[in-house]
Amino acid sequence: MADKLLITSSPHIRAAKTVRSIMLDVVIALVPASVAAVVFFGVKAFGVLAASTISAVLAEYLYEKAVKRPVTVGDLSAVVTGLLLGLTLPPAVPLYVPVVGSAFAIVVAKQVFGGLGTNFVNPALAGRAFVLAAWPLHVTSAWLNPLTMDAATGATPLHAFKGGQAAGSLVDLLIGNRLGSLGETSAIAILLGGAYLLMRGVIDYRIPVAYLGTLGLGVFIFGKPGALFQGDPLRGILLGGAMLGAFFMATDYVTSPVTPKGRTYMGIGAGLITLLIRYWGDYPEGVTYAILLMNLATPLIDKFVVPRYYGYAHDVAARRKANRAGGELS
Amino acid sequence: MVKAKRGSGGVSVPDKKELSGRMPIEDAGIPAELTLFLSQHTGAPSKPLVNVGDDVKRGQKIAEAQGAVSACLHAPTSGKVKAIEPRYQPVLGREVDAIVLTPDGENTLYEGIAPVGDDLEAISQEKIREVVREAGLVGLGGAAFPTAVKLTPPPGKTIDTYLLNGVECEPYLTADQKLMEESAADVVFGFRALMKGAGVKKGIICIEDNKPDAIKAMEEAAKPYPELEIAVLSHRYPRGGEKQLIEVVLGREVPPPPGLPLDVGVIVSNVGTAYALAMALKTGLPLVERIVSVTGEGVARPVNLRALIGTPVSYLIEKAGGFSSTPGKVVLGGPMMGVSVRDTDVSIVKGTSGVLVLPAEAVKTEPVLPCIRCGRCVEACPMRLLPVWMAAYAENGYMDDAEKMRVMDCCECGACSYVCPSRRPLTQSIRLAKAHIAAKRRAAAKK
Repeated sequence: MADKLLITSSPHIRAAKTVRSIMLDVVIALVPASVAAVVFFGVKAFGVLAASTISAVLAEYLYEKAVKRPVTVGDLSAVVTGLLLGLTLPPAVPLYVPVVGSAFAIVVAKQVFGGLGTNFVNPALAGRAFVLAAWPLHVTSAWLNPLTMDAATGATPLHAFKGGQAAGSLVDLLIGNRLGSLGETSAIAILLGGAYLLMRGVIDYRIPVAYLGTLGLGVFIFGKPGALFQGDPLRGILLGGAMLGAFFMATDYVTSPVTPKGRTYMGIGAGLITLLIRYWGDYPEGVTYAILLMNLATPLIDKFVVPRYYGYAHDVAARRKANRAGGELS
Repeated sequence: MVKAKRGSGGVSVPDKKELSGRMPIEDAGIPAELTLFLSQHTGAPSKPLVNVGDDVKRGQKIAEAQGAVSACLHAPTSGKVKAIEPRYQPVLGREVDAIVLTPDGENTLYEGIAPVGDDLEAISQEKIREVVREAGLVGLGGAAFPTAVKLTPPPGKTIDTYLLNGVECEPYLTADQKLMEESAADVVFGFRALMKGAGVKKGIICIEDNKPDAIKAMEEAAKPYPELEIAVLSHRYPRGGEKQLIEVVLGREVPPPPGLPLDVGVIVSNVGTAYALAMALKTGLPLVERIVSVTGEGVARPVNLRALIGTPVSYLIEKAGGFSSTPGKVVLGGPMMGVSVRDTDVSIVKGTSGVLVLPAEAVKTEPVLPCIRCGRCVEACPMRLLPVWMAAYAENGYMDDAEKMRVMDCCECGACSYVCPSRRPLTQSIRLAKAHIAAKRRAAAKK
């Protein structure tokens, strides 16, 4: 009758989502932003994105071969990292920048620490921080004019906004007709991708909502230099890399808290730090460092934010006391 | 309709009820051998009252309850006692003593079986409790807790609500559903008897919304009784677990172990248990048979069988048309919490609600990937624990830290493993931690 029946612990069925299917969803969600980048900035944009993605995948493959570990490029996480890093770069940046940035992101920020699931910061953002430090001029000035695709000089709209000047029409900001990095221009493209991820249950709405909400509120209060409560919250959110960061970077699983409440705190923290850097620091853009800093804070958040366990409705203090050990393993 | 609450945990699982959901209950008949384990309920094993070679009749008591938390055992059909020896009990996962019967095919009823009555007004509370005890009734939802103990809460605890669990949240299983569809009046009668036995005034019948025919039937049957209410729950696993049911329907939380539902004034029983009590009162027959869904894509003809306790699983699978393809797993119970067995020679116990056969392609093992901290397990946990950390501690041997994270509160529903995209065996790791901690506590108690 039956030769060999498999015996395992329950449960005996599994949900359809796998790591690969989730990564594929993220890649799909990034397609609108990538297409918008190529539409506005042409072949150079395509070159940057291709270079960053291929470099990421190659770096992971070569590293894993070199240390004789199983090759994991099939889980598509390297593709996501490469694509995201490319989207944070300006369109006219020399191609060695995304190549080196992706390699750094994969090898140093991810693989050296143990590969998928054990990176301590967002690899794409770590790669960006690295190239920002290594080639500050290229990464902050290799802009192109959208659609005409000729070289542009001068400040990005974000710079102008910080100084209190007009920063482009809302329509332009939404569609992507403005200066900026590849992924930060078309807000609609990012929103489409973000909506797809929310609909597919890939990301938790709390992080983007808390991040953008805090940032918007902060810009409203402090945005106008020399005055209070006169800032433009909408432009504050749409300008710069906040949209890309809130939907695609801050939501990286490994480097964000595991509890819903913890995620809200992370979003709020990232929003506050972005605000601090933008308005009280020298950089016009604070998203990269804000998210990286909140990545570092995530283990701490996980340690202290513990759900209200079933059955402890009235014993909050005892539950907290019993859980000091929680979350330390990360 | 009682809808899913935000933050109440749980997962969406496929229904799969259509495989056996349209099949009326069939009689499984009498197999060639019955294995009646002395330990198939929570509590102390029962003690045999018969010897090898004795003739027994259907409904005759063959083992007596031992101690306060125990249950007695009855012969499901007439025959001879072939042996009293250790046999592999699939749910406990080890060998326990069992009374093995060879049926004679006559199905002669024991002379001592006599109906008690079908008018609840005329049956006293003490009589009901006695019937429950003498009929060997245990919770047929799976945990097999002796019902007689459930009906007598310790002094000082008042019960204000009795919940009848017709939720059957596991995929594939339709045993309770069919019972409600076909025998709603008996189920309601049994429920009211349980309520009287426990001295509880208010009863709520809980059914999941994926069983519209059952809901209609139970609504009809419960209409004449104002003390009964129907609660329709939106479909989510594991709503049918008593702790989750109490939270969703009444908004109360059972305190952590050793807390029990009676600590928040509630008792929960399965519809099968209520039906068994109805049969015990109306016909005098003790618990000797139950409805089992033999289903899954791996059987040719999924079916709901009225099977004798102790029937071999192989016999039931044959009644369901045999394997439809190479079987991968045979599971006693549902796919989320059921026990996979090594071969089909094992016998069903009182708590077996289903035999699930999954084909070989469906159970191919997938590689285990590292944890990506996605937090799906945290969202899924109905006890609102943190499986991600508990499993990590367990896998690395930090059992004390797992204990601090309340791993002993875990109800082992499997929702965390189900949703894990890395296919990590979270439930298994958590069980490991629980086993370690339980053994440690036992050793400490001995000192």
